[in-house]
Amino acid sequence: MNFLIEAVQWLFSPERLEGSNPIPLRLEEHLFYTFFSVIVAALIAIPLGFYIGHTGKGRDFAVGLSGAARALPSFGLILLLVLLIGVTQVQLQLAAITAFVLLAIPSILAGAYAGIEAVDRRVIDAARAVGMTEWQILWKVEVPLGLPLLIGGLRAATLQVVATATLAAYVGLGGLGIYIFRGLPLQRYDEMLGSALLIAALALVLDGIFALIQQFAVPRGVSAGRAKDVRTSSTRRRAVAAKPAQERRG
Amino acid sequence: MIEFRAVTKRFPDGTVAVEDFNLVIPSRKITVFVGSSGSGKTTLLRMINRMVDPTDGDIEIDGDSIMSKEPVALRRSIGYVMQNSGLLPHFKVIDNVTTVPMLNGVPKKQAREQALELLDTVGLSRSIADRYPSQLSGGQQQRVGVARGLAANPNILLMDEPFGAVDPIVRAELQQETIRLQHELDKTIVFVTHDIDEAFLLGDQVVILEKGAKIAQVGSPNEIMAAPASDFVANFIGTDRGKRALTLKKTEAGTILVDSEGRGAGVLVGGSESA
Ligand SMILES: Nc1ncnc2c1ncn2[C@@H]1O[C@H](COP(=O)(O)OP(=O)(O)O)[C@@H](O)[C@H]1O
Ligand SMILES: [Mg+2]
Repeated sequence: MNFLIEAVQWLFSPERLEGSNPIPLRLEEHLFYTFFSVIVAALIAIPLGFYIGHTGKGRDFAVGLSGAARALPSFGLILLLVLLIGVTQVQLQLAAITAFVLLAIPSILAGAYAGIEAVDRRVIDAARAVGMTEWQILWKVEVPLGLPLLIGGLRAATLQVVATATLAAYVGLGGLGIYIFRGLPLQRYDEMLGSALLIAALALVLDGIFALIQQFAVPRGVSAGRAKDVRTSSTRRRAVAAKPAQERRG
Repeated sequence: MIEFRAVTKRFPDGTVAVEDFNLVIPSRKITVFVGSSGSGKTTLLRMINRMVDPTDGDIEIDGDSIMSKEPVALRRSIGYVMQNSGLLPHFKVIDNVTTVPMLNGVPKKQAREQALELLDTVGLSRSIADRYPSQLSGGQQQRVGVARGLAANPNILLMDEPFGAVDPIVRAELQQETIRLQHELDKTIVFVTHDIDEAFLLGDQVVILEKGAKIAQVGSPNEIMAAPASDFVANFIGTDRGKRALTLKKTEAGTILVDSEGRGAGVLVGGSESA
């Protein structure tokens, strides 16, 4: 209990806004790593996921890739990339961000293609039968209906990166992990625990925001419907999307 | 006029769904494909709008091969109504109906105005225009499906078991409306069902299909009932079980027609027996 009180005291001490490691600065770095990596990963994974979901091609590849990538040890990946890329400041940043991007891709890829796969085949068939082009089917039917699952993938990826971004400090890149890696050799438990609490809180806040976005992403007509089949499919989708996030948070 | 010429469809897995199929479908009439599940009805229908391409043979619409037409443009020019409506769940009723006209570049305002009129045509209240499909009954969804099929004012309307999933009372209503619509709008309708009574009720031309879309008999309902071409047809339409046989029965109140189980089916009017 003492640890906890000291951690909270550390966290809310006015000193946290001063000196060379003010929390707002480190928080900003942490969020930058998180969002930048997730955005880059999304730019790669979403088009690929849409392609796989729409055409059904390369699905086995995507499943295999996600499975393999989930087994990647993030710490080892960063160190490996640092070895490969180099140790100047820019190279370190490149290595860390590359690692975060690689970690974020599988969840987003899975969300993107699973979202499209989950759309009722009969709806897609009808869209094609009335004369929509493949492009129109993708953007007017598959993407809107698959959006909740895609957001679920982004949510899972963000949570994973926000936790992993702690490791940026290990290679001298700042972020909220800096307090942990600084406190560790000095056995400053208040500092380590306090910053860990902050990272956990950040993860919860981001998760909450994504949960909200996910709610809003369920198209009207799918959420407002009273027809049973529509309603169950949409809640099932949300549950599936949330699951990986919870697994990884633990 | 739609003409099938020696059409064969073999799916990649080797299933031959349609084999050497020949048929002329007259314009401005209802032609019904009827047969049991798996006989190839849906495959036949979907070959007309190139949702499925034949492996062999050719299909012509008014003398032009559809193989020379761009599939998307062809589909936009042909109405399509399917079982369980196939409506887009995230589009309001009105937006479902205007889908095809909007794809064809009709201005939004005009498309909406026409869509509202179409709701009248298919017997729906305009007040449901802003609802989502999931907020409608099965029968209402099918009507919206028909309205969508008619929205681009196509000459041809393809209907694949459109009333298969609605309850019998609503189905009877929708069947009557289909006949009324056909009389009003003069479309060439190709209708698929596994229900022979529905086929006889709706069809000007009825095509009874066996497995592989082999034609067991084609003709008007009267021709088929009067002279089933084979045991298969007699069995399919039920005449071999006396299903359609009506006999005269004298009762105290007068002479009536009864079916094979002795239930009253009607009275005979005109002719010598009526008095
Ligand atoms: N895409 C497909 N791939 C393989 N076989 C198919 C496909 N579509 C239909 N079939 C097969 O072709 C036959 C006819 O199917 P279908 O036209 O759907 O029959 P119906 O509409 O009369 O029930 C069936 O044996 C069915 O399994
Ligand atoms: Mg069928």
